[in-house]
Amino acid sequence: MLGFFVGEMIHSLFLINLSGDIFLEKHWKSVVGRSVLDYFFEAKEKAVNPEDVAPVLQTPHHYLISIYRGKIFFLAVIQTEVPPLFVIEFLHRVADTFQDYFGECSENVIKDNLVIVYELLEEMLDNGFPLATESNVLKEMIRPPTILRSVVNTLTGGTNVGDMLPTGQLSNIPWRRAGVKYTNNEAYFDVIEEIDAILDKSGTTVFAEIQGVIEACVKLTGMPDLTLSFMNPRLLDDVSFHPCVRFKRWESERVLSFIPPDGNFTLMTYHVSSQNLVAIPIYVKQNISFFETGSCGRLDITIGPKQTMGKTVEGLMVTVPMPKAVLSVNLTASQGNFTYDLATKVLVWDIGKLNPQKLPNLKGSLSVQAGAPKPEENPALNINLKIQQVAISGLKVNRLDMYGEKYKPFKGVKYVTKAGKFQVRT
Amino acid sequence: RGLTFLFFPSLRHDDLKEMLDSNKDSSKLEAMKRIVAMIARGKNASDLFPAVVKNVACKNIEVKKLVYVYLVRYAEEQQDLALLSISTFQRGLKDPNQLIRASALRVLSSIRVTIIVPIMMLAIKEAASDMSPYVRKTAAHAIPKLYSLDPEQKDQLIEVIEKLLADKTTLVAGSVVMAFEEVCPERIDLIHKNYRKLCNLLIDVEEWGQVVIINMLTRYARTQFLNPNINDDEEEEKEKKSEAAALAKRKPYVMDPDHRLLLRNTKPLLQSRNAAVVMAVAQLYFHLAPKAEVGVIAKALVRLLRSHSEVQYVVLQNVATMTIKRRGMFEPYLKSFYIRSTDPTQIKVLKLEVLTNLANETNISTILREFQTYIKSMDKDFVAATIQAIGRCATNIGEVRDTCLNGLVQLLSNRDELVVAESVVVIKKLLQMQPEKHSDIIKHMAKLTDNIQVPMARASILWLIGEYCEHVPKIAPDVLRKMAKSFTNEEDIVKLQIINLAAKLYLTNSKQTKLLTQYVLNLAKYDQNYDIRDRARFIRQLIVPTEKCGALSKYAKKLFLALKPAPVLESPFKDRDHFQLGSLSHLLNAKAGGYQELPDWPEAAPDPSVRNVEVKESVRAVGTLRHKLLSKKTSLFTCGFLESDSASGSESGSGSEESGSGSESEESEEGSESEEEEEEEEGEEKDQKKKKNKEIKKPNSSEEEERKNERKRRQRKNDSESESEEEEDESESESSQSESEDSDSEAEVKKKKVKVMNTISPSSATKSYELLHRITGEGLSVEYCFSRQPFSPDANMVAVQIEFTNNTTNDTKNLHMEDVKLQSGMRVKEFPEIELLPAGETTTAVMGIDFCDSTQAANFQLCTHSRKFFVSIQPPVGELMRPVFLTENEFKKEQGQLMGMNEITEKLMLDVKCRNEHAIVQRVITAANLSRVPCGSDKECRFSGRTVTSSSLVLVTVASKEEGTAQLMVNCEKMVIGTMLVKDILLALTQ
Repeated sequence: MLGFFVGEMIHSLFLINLSGDIFLEKHWKSVVGRSVLDYFFEAKEKAVNPEDVAPVLQTPHHYLISIYRGKIFFLAVIQTEVPPLFVIEFLHRVADTFQDYFGECSENVIKDNLVIVYELLEEMLDNGFPLATESNVLKEMIRPPTILRSVVNTLTGGTNVGDMLPTGQLSNIPWRRAGVKYTNNEAYFDVIEEIDAILDKSGTTVFAEIQGVIEACVKLTGMPDLTLSFMNPRLLDDVSFHPCVRFKRWESERVLSFIPPDGNFTLMTYHVSSQNLVAIPIYVKQNISFFETGSCGRLDITIGPKQTMGKTVEGLMVTVPMPKAVLSVNLTASQGNFTYDLATKVLVWDIGKLNPQKLPNLKGSLSVQAGAPKPEENPALNINLKIQQVAISGLKVNRLDMYGEKYKPFKGVKYVTKAGKFQVRT
Repeated sequence: RGLTFLFFPSLRHDDLKEMLDSNKDSSKLEAMKRIVAMIARGKNASDLFPAVVKNVACKNIEVKKLVYVYLVRYAEEQQDLALLSISTFQRGLKDPNQLIRASALRVLSSIRVTIIVPIMMLAIKEAASDMSPYVRKTAAHAIPKLYSLDPEQKDQLIEVIEKLLADKTTLVAGSVVMAFEEVCPERIDLIHKNYRKLCNLLIDVEEWGQVVIINMLTRYARTQFLNPNINDDEEEEKEKKSEAAALAKRKPYVMDPDHRLLLRNTKPLLQSRNAAVVMAVAQLYFHLAPKAEVGVIAKALVRLLRSHSEVQYVVLQNVATMTIKRRGMFEPYLKSFYIRSTDPTQIKVLKLEVLTNLANETNISTILREFQTYIKSMDKDFVAATIQAIGRCATNIGEVRDTCLNGLVQLLSNRDELVVAESVVVIKKLLQMQPEKHSDIIKHMAKLTDNIQVPMARASILWLIGEYCEHVPKIAPDVLRKMAKSFTNEEDIVKLQIINLAAKLYLTNSKQTKLLTQYVLNLAKYDQNYDIRDRARFIRQLIVPTEKCGALSKYAKKLFLALKPAPVLESPFKDRDHFQLGSLSHLLNAKAGGYQELPDWPEAAPDPSVRNVEVKESVRAVGTLRHKLLSKKTSLFTCGFLESDSASGSESGSGSEESGSGSESEESEEGSESEEEEEEEEGEEKDQKKKKNKEIKKPNSSEEEERKNERKRRQRKNDSESESEEEEDESESESSQSESEDSDSEAEVKKKKVKVMNTISPSSATKSYELLHRITGEGLSVEYCFSRQPFSPDANMVAVQIEFTNNTTNDTKNLHMEDVKLQSGMRVKEFPEIELLPAGETTTAVMGIDFCDSTQAANFQLCTHSRKFFVSIQPPVGELMRPVFLTENEFKKEQGQLMGMNEITEKLMLDVKCRNEHAIVQRVITAANLSRVPCGSDKECRFSGRTVTSSSLVLVTVASKEEGTAQLMVNCEKMVIGTMLVKDILLALTQ
């Protein structure tokens, strides 16, 4: 090549685990030696957490763009200008595909399915440019492994590779397989809302917003054309859609009109208009203090219900990353269990259901390394919670209609509210 | 290499070789799986090449695929052996299955063996004109592969790219633009003719293609259009220049409709789920949109902050750059950039950058309060960054300077030395702005020299004391005394500042410090570091007067104690926007290989007519139509036809002179006009009577002249029409205008054509549907039918004829429609109000509906003077099209382009009464508004049409077979239309 090269989007892909072992490599052009990864390993060494490794690194002849998912670094080697988000988004799509195929995206599962993984990567990129990234299309070409099939395949020498035309790839509706058939036709939608919030010491809301997502599981025969409408679409401030959603209909009528992919997919994500006040379902009374002398501290946390829309708060959990100087904790919880990880210095209090009559409390002392200075900052509390059957924004699906097919499908909508990045400063 | 291969055969792989040679596919597969797993783990499996390559023609598809994987990986190393496999792929290229053709091309083009370049070239060329869009897409992907293998092929490859750029399918668009970007990004001229098509296809292209196309179009737009903010920018400059001159220079800016088209068609993609697409649109708006419109991208970018941390990282970098130029648009989202203790450090620092850029007089107090919590963070790098940020806020916003300074001074007593050091550095910069007011702070800092060890901080303090020694006359000499004592143990930067301090004190207060200075300079003279030795020598010459002292020492005071400008604390993201946002180069702030510069806006806009495209297809359609007509009534027709032709010819010639928009545009105009004409020909039938009187006017020369001008005006209007949808009304009136024009000029031609048309047009009984029942309508009954007449005010609308019957004994007045509810994209042209419908009478009216090629209903209220009724009109799919005439060959050609998913075939049993050609034609034409295509065989009936809104071809074939069985085939790009049409025709033929 005599020093001449043209750009291709992604030159090579390496999968690297936390301890720095490369357990998969794939090259779409000539092979790039592993030594290029030295720059990455150097950055990885310096980083305190794996998340702190810069996603884009520059080496003399290459650029390394990586993501961290499921305790694996997906690292793409790039030679020329390419939008970094293009690569990052693609790598996440690869991880999503693994998740979709194998139920999880982990080193073990990838190692167990190395050949399918390789076949998938082969289809997902052609010459470093994304080719088939829709899971519906991929599944027609490469069948996901099931226990039954792998047994049958070993006995008969059968294959995982489809010999059918991946019709989706060729059509205007690349996200949907052709010839879908079900005996039970069903369409389920989960409206999941997450509250992102920062509360300050006094419990005042510094920042709060609601992010929602509608996850769909649609198993319908043929080519159904669905419309889904909301009682109160005005709540939605900012939205993003699966490519199947007809944007023009949304713009003019605030109705979601789409030919759905087959199976599970994310129909839309939305942001609830910030004009609406965000209901904060719980309050937190806390007192964490460290004493100047005596190398100890005190912790006292109580959680109570606030605006719960009349529903029970479940799955309540408090995570506290303690200052490094905190050696151990001596606490009692009125409800639930707590653990303190000595290595990561993270205190986790798993409460469960919130009983408004008997508020959960965690109280006790913290012992601090002798001689260490008093920690400057009190740790922030990260809250997890779940409220079933309600979307905290008040969003409600009005109706779901189906056109294009004659049968009557089962339809269902489920609502759930969760805490997203919900942080209480102390 | 060959020798080692001979002498040390890899024993380990013998079992694999055996398995590969076996007859059983299952063991071959097992072997290949193990080999691919070896490759995946980065182990060398090259010695298996001969054994593997033998299986390239294996029947088992998975074995074959894995062999391909192997081949692509090792072909470069084993070129001779790889050549053995080439013939298999060459065979594959001719396979009837498009998937096999595509995959053969994919592998063939991935084999990096120079010797097969000619074969690859040939394969790519052939694939580029393949019937299957999927194969053409693969051809586009193969182009950069071949280019990287042999750049000499560039010219030939550009030809292929040019051909593929003209492709109209969304599947190909993204891939060919990617090839364009990699092979010939400088050939912007290739884009002109495809520009509008790419804009219009964009929303349907797959996500990855969208990113590539949007980035390319951003660059394109920068070379072809004018800066939409040119006047704003001038305004800023104007303040400096004399106003009159600037005013004279200023020209009103009018946005090119094509520029608007790009902005309009990319905007919906801000709602994409793909972060790369959102970013691509955001950068397009940032670089191309008028200032007032850029704001729309902020919300979408803020949304991306919810995504994975890697996405956040890239987005924040870009937001940081944007906030410098367009701060206002992110201000409403200030709180979205608040930092959580769980954010990775790099995200924290970037958010801090954005918050700092967003700070202004109104929000600074909120931001500073937020910063106060950050300062307590355990993440010390982040704290240091926060202190820097406070410093920047303080320099930028005068009102809070003192507050910030006090806050920072408090930090000087922080336990963490890094925090103190960072504060010192920042305070130093702040003090430079107003030193006289802050001598107490300087005193305070002087005391810190006893404790603080961080060199940068010590150096900063020393510099401060030296610079402002007049404000702390008592302390300064004492500090110097202490420093002289510890000089030898200090770091280099501190030593330099000690020398500096000594020099300044010598010049201002030589009485007290002369000896100390001498001492320090002596120490420095023998320092290990030559910089320090040099500095000492230089300063001694300058400040200590000797006999041979140079002219410079007179100016020593001026040199050392000159008033120094306060430092400007700038964002590291300032001016980063000279890189295209969203690019790797922008992120790295350095040009990455293959980066295409974003060009500056042109001073004057290049000729916009280069983007005009002749509407070949419609011209051809008309041509054939005329041809047919000619053959039927040659004698009558010839003169009229020629007349009109020569007229339009002379017109386009003169048009190019006057309008300056180029002859091509005129031509395209001509094309579209003939299309209209074609439609009218059919419409003429019924309206004939009405118009006859008007038509018979002979065109004279003055009218001709006027028409020319009219046309030019019209063209300009047409352009602006595409610019904004609000102008629809205007365009409607235009088309009616054009109608009358046409009828004026080609009156004679028409009259004759109309006669001919009557003989061709199939007679089809139109079916009536009920719109309002007599009972619900309280005596008013309304029916409608699809008259299949072109709707003259708007060619994209389906004409709906409505028949009102007043069954009551009272008159009904003011019949009109209201409150039209439509699906997006649909449009309605209301029927004119019927003022009076006397009792017992019936009247008809015509309305037009653009159904947007969907069978969605148009809902509206039918109003009389006293009542309102909710009604809706839903079209059968067959009414969403209009007939077009194709020859048999054209039909076959078009059909060849609409295969795969665009083709639907159904077997059927013909109804007993419907087993002859005539009956089939009758029934199909009743079911759908199509026209018959002449055909050599009587076993096959073919029909063709185009959908009304998008003009997508609809091709129907009914092939009858023995005993009443038949096969129905519909080819249509719009799959939903195709599917529905199949159902309807099936029903029509079987019942």
